Amino acid sequence: MQKYYGWGLPYNASVSGADVDTLIYVLHGFMILLFVGWLIFLIVALIKFRSRAGHQATYKANHFKAPTYIEVGVALFEAFLLIGFSFPIARHVRTMPPKGEALEVRVVAEQFAWNIHYPGPDGIFGKSDIKLMGPGNPLGLDRNDPAAKDDITVINQLHVPVNKPVIVHLSSKDVIHSFFLPVMRVKQDVIPGQEIPVWFQAKDAGNFEIACAQLCGLGHYRMRGFLIVEQPEQFAAWQAKYAPKVPASAPVSPAPVAKE
Amino acid sequence: MNEKHHSHDLPFWRKYIFSLDHKVIGIQYGVTGLLFLFFGFCLMMLMRWQLAYPGQPLPLLGNLFSERMMVGGIMLPEFYNQLGAMHGTIMVFLGVVPLAVGGFGNYLVPLQIGAPDMAFPKLNMMSYWVYFLGGVTMIASFFLPEGAAQSGWTSYPPLANIATSGQTVWLVGMVLLITSSLLGSINFIVTIVQLRADGLSFFRLPFFVWAQFVTSFLLLLAFPPLEAAGVLQLMDRLAGTSFFMPSGLVVAGNPLVVSGGGNPLLWQHLFWFLAHPEVYVLILPAMGIVAEIFATNTRKPIYGYKSMVCSVIFLGFMSFIVWAHHMFLTGMSAKMSAFFQITTMIISIPSVIVLTALALSLWGGSIRFNTPMLFAVAFLPMFGIGGLTGLPLGLAASDIHLHDTYYVIGHFHYVVAPGTIFALFAGVYHWYPKVTGRKMSEVLGKIHFFLSIVLINGIFMPMFILGLAGVSRRLYDQMQYAHAQPTQPLNVFISICAWLLGLAQIPFVINFFGSLIWGKKVERNPWQATTLEWAAPSPPPHGNFDTVPQVYRGPYEYSVPGLKHDFWPQNMAQEN
Repeated sequence: MQKYYGWGLPYNASVSGADVDTLIYVLHGFMILLFVGWLIFLIVALIKFRSRAGHQATYKANHFKAPTYIEVGVALFEAFLLIGFSFPIARHVRTMPPKGEALEVRVVAEQFAWNIHYPGPDGIFGKSDIKLMGPGNPLGLDRNDPAAKDDITVINQLHVPVNKPVIVHLSSKDVIHSFFLPVMRVKQDVIPGQEIPVWFQAKDAGNFEIACAQLCGLGHYRMRGFLIVEQPEQFAAWQAKYAPKVPASAPVSPAPVAKE
Repeated sequence: MNEKHHSHDLPFWRKYIFSLDHKVIGIQYGVTGLLFLFFGFCLMMLMRWQLAYPGQPLPLLGNLFSERMMVGGIMLPEFYNQLGAMHGTIMVFLGVVPLAVGGFGNYLVPLQIGAPDMAFPKLNMMSYWVYFLGGVTMIASFFLPEGAAQSGWTSYPPLANIATSGQTVWLVGMVLLITSSLLGSINFIVTIVQLRADGLSFFRLPFFVWAQFVTSFLLLLAFPPLEAAGVLQLMDRLAGTSFFMPSGLVVAGNPLVVSGGGNPLLWQHLFWFLAHPEVYVLILPAMGIVAEIFATNTRKPIYGYKSMVCSVIFLGFMSFIVWAHHMFLTGMSAKMSAFFQITTMIISIPSVIVLTALALSLWGGSIRFNTPMLFAVAFLPMFGIGGLTGLPLGLAASDIHLHDTYYVIGHFHYVVAPGTIFALFAGVYHWYPKVTGRKMSEVLGKIHFFLSIVLINGIFMPMFILGLAGVSRRLYDQMQYAHAQPTQPLNVFISICAWLLGLAQIPFVINFFGSLIWGKKVERNPWQATTLEWAAPSPPPHGNFDTVPQVYRGPYEYSVPGLKHDFWPQNMAQEN
């Protein structure tokens, strides 16, 4: 896992993450340029106009044209960053891919774990009920609901296929969390009482991290999950392995829960 | 108002403790603020141990802490979270704002406008004592059985709603602090509007007074929503309401028994509606101090005084419509985020104008590099870094990766620590002779400056690298994450710099107290400055001025051609 992370931006394993990275690089180039230019001016001014024998301050202000041009230039560049980068990226992030094309997953955060809920082959999430929540069933999934019979629930392990859009429906059982996938350039607050979708499309297979980015209590620091991006065949095999092996009419038994 | 109190007739406790004199209150605010800054810094130095060496026992000091804080010298996560929440709260609400507004504002505004005191001296005294009570309340919360507040200085519900009793005390403390600020701000506004000396028109006000004036409006208009929010959260915790609690919460496997139907985002809107103007409450007085020191030590007028005044007024207005850039990741629509990104880019323009004007003020000067000037000059590039690194956070797209990482910590600390706090140090060195009648030591001052500027960059610059690597803030043990491990050496480096920065404050402490005794005695105008406070004796007596000042000109008439001296005080009719 270590090869993805270092001193710079984490490895980008997402199809659209490169846009965010480009913006970050352009911004830092721009910031360094402005800062260095401005620092040179400051140092020159401090040396040239230091107090010394025979040197006097001038009362009349010079009228500088350059700062106005630089100011206008900076404002125009900021407008360019907004229109050229930030608006399109923000829109792209908030525009979900068409339902049929994407894998849909629910991620329900709680102190201090990520409960992951796949709809199974029928593509429909089964109903959840607070009353059914318990140690064996953290989502409170109602296995009597026909839609729930093929649902897969796991903890802290988000398996997704490579090169396929994934829509993650985020919600929380208790407090605010933040769903952070460093390698996907995905971060989204998880607000209790709301369901917020985010999406990404992995371009590389691998084992990556899920982090919680919003202080959520004592165990915030260890609310770590895993993002496992697999080839489609492996993903299908994994789903088959964890699918509840229950005949349609059999009494309810909890699905196996994968732990890290 | 103008009647002379016979201060020497007053008993000690009326003269120095429950004083109505703006100068005594200013000193009370200033010293209390400095003590809280030091205390808040100590909390951070403790946290830095855990961040540099997670899970290792703290040497020497570790055993002094109770079992609820450290076990065998190893810090507990609950104590780490308390330290984090209280560091932020103390630094912002008990340290910087009271020092910048309560301390410098109270002491200097009446002097700079030629007034004998604030408009409402009793309100002024009450403002200090309510603040003091708020501070005591905050500190006392550490001694609760479950410790102090631990949900961050932002106290986001539902976490804060279900937190331990420290949060209740935090809210009570906040209500007191906000009340104190409101009392202070209305007093400043009335004082500046009503009590200016004869001839002191608005455009002859020193820039510092303008900065305090705009700051007071920000406090007056932005704090009430947070006070309301604080009371609502208090009701949620104590009276069973659910302003911030949605229905259907399950905490630790048990359904939460609340009425529900609330919304946690409501708190964030109310909080940031205060807390963004609050940033300008922190920064405007600093800009004011830097402008005064620049004019005095470049021996020339400030460049673009009127554009600077217009810029800070514009900043004040704009600061009320940028708050949601703290909330880009709460799921807001692309349209809404576009609005707040545009206002955020716009608000950068007046800040750049002020910074540019200050930098251009150096051009053509005859710059004296005394300690206050060194701190004031350092403010420019430090605040510059703070401002520039706000760009990637103000654009919603780059904020996706950087939000809630160490990048954010680096960004706002550059604004507030080497930015505002350096300006406040500059102000202490600059006005110390006025307050005490003695100068601080230049040698100790310069040692303090050079050590501090190097070390503080050693602390905050590496945080940008941590942030780009994706290391989240507020983590008790970041080593749990693979993506945070490669940059761990930086955390060790940051911690060492932080502890050394603590040691580097010793020359300041010695200088601050020692100069009371052995500092060189000075006359009323040691820096040969032009503004009215220098026309009063050092230290100014009760009632401030020995003759009622009359103002003839703008604040920064330095190096006027054809005059014998290179400064022309505001109150002097002809050149003497």
